Amino acid sequence: MSPRVVLATGRRVLLQLRGDPRTLALLLLVPCVLEALIKWVFEGTPVVFQRVGVPLVGIFPLISMFLVTSIAMLRERTTGTLERLMTMPLAKLDLLAGYGLAFAAMATLQAVLVSFLAVGLLGLEVAGSTPLVVVFAVLNAMLGMALGLFLSAFARTEFQAVQFMPAFLLPQILLCGLLVPRDQMARPLELISYLLPMTYAYDALSRVAASSMVTAEVWRDAVILLGATALSLALGAATLRRRTP
Amino acid sequence: MAVSEAAISIRDLVVDRGGHRVLDGVSAEVAAGRITGLLGPSGCGKSTLMRSIVGVQIVASGRVDVLGLPAGSRGLRSEVGYVTQAPSVYLDLSTRQNLDYFARVLDAPDQRVAESIESVAMADSADSPVGNLSGGQRARVSLATALLSRPRVLVLDEPTVGLDPVLRGELWAGFRDLADADTTLLVSSHVMDEADHCDDIVLMRDGAILAAKAREQLLAETGADGVEQAFLRLVGAGS
Repeated sequence: MSPRVVLATGRRVLLQLRGDPRTLALLLLVPCVLEALIKWVFEGTPVVFQRVGVPLVGIFPLISMFLVTSIAMLRERTTGTLERLMTMPLAKLDLLAGYGLAFAAMATLQAVLVSFLAVGLLGLEVAGSTPLVVVFAVLNAMLGMALGLFLSAFARTEFQAVQFMPAFLLPQILLCGLLVPRDQMARPLELISYLLPMTYAYDALSRVAASSMVTAEVWRDAVILLGATALSLALGAATLRRRTP
Repeated sequence: MAVSEAAISIRDLVVDRGGHRVLDGVSAEVAAGRITGLLGPSGCGKSTLMRSIVGVQIVASGRVDVLGLPAGSRGLRSEVGYVTQAPSVYLDLSTRQNLDYFARVLDAPDQRVAESIESVAMADSADSPVGNLSGGQRARVSLATALLSRPRVLVLDEPTVGLDPVLRGELWAGFRDLADADTTLLVSSHVMDEADHCDDIVLMRDGAILAAKAREQLLAETGADGVEQAFLRLVGAGS
């Protein structure tokens, strides 16, 4: 791995985002608007906003980085830039780490902005530390990036890549405990939820929201998230081939 | 082309793509420090042969060596420049931003960015997004990228397609300068007239090589006045 190539790649990805102000604005503003909308929708039952407000701060980056990465990677494949890079002295890990770096920066910005809005203006209560919420948001962004990278290998067109969001992320949003606490779900669904990485993202963030103690469970969730990220990255790296048919 | 040693050597190369045999036991050599034209109709396997030379093509059997190393070896990644037919650069970045990035990946010195932009005559629009440029301009940006590391071998897939004749002449002059500076160039084209600029010719048809020799020798042996006529004589059509 070469720090020079990783930094150059991260910088290049950020430059591409900067060159597309509308995407940048959507990435940063949509989570804020949605967070405010949820506060407003559940005005009659404020307990709901208190329950899902914090987990959502961390789950937004997972969704946006998943989408951005799958499209960006698909473009690298279809425009031939990936093939060009593969003929150059660049390790696959350099490319992945470069994307990771750029998206971690974006996720931090996104999470800081949403937490500031939610905690500062919307009255969301976080018993634990707000910076820890941001840390989990970044972990989730990395997970979203890794999943997007891996799944983009199975998309031939951008239409397909976009459909992977409802196909792979929506079920996780339904089952992770955000809508209904998992112990109230049908037993098979609860069991399935244990296999889905977003479950641990939700769990960790709701634990941070509920208690100022960084418990062993929070650490365990973090480790599981990192493990899921590493696994998808390894699978994703395996789909980046120097030689193609 | 026995004058100089081979920079690229291809032995019994077989490539299948999508269930079809695209290259069927191809053997050829590309001489170092010369311009070799890879000519043949669209779909005859030129691009697949070039992909095999830069090491991004899965090959069924056979062997390709570049500068004495197996194609695609780690040691060749700064030594071989490759330009695909479709410009492979980031459309949402400017020419300069593209070249800055690839220069860092290649560990090329910073001044190479300006030099490469200059050598493809793109200095005037170096700061507009590549997506706003014309097809010919995009092709030049893609070419500039391959020049960054001053590679010893340049593999160029249809680099002059769709370009203004004046610019095409300038690019060929640039290729000649590179060859004079000991760069090996393999340039493909489906336009036989492009052969006029080449020292050696590899003529391809239907996944096989019809002839691979110095241009003068090819013309002398076929008694043709141009490479197009030589091609026709070799396939046994026309006069």
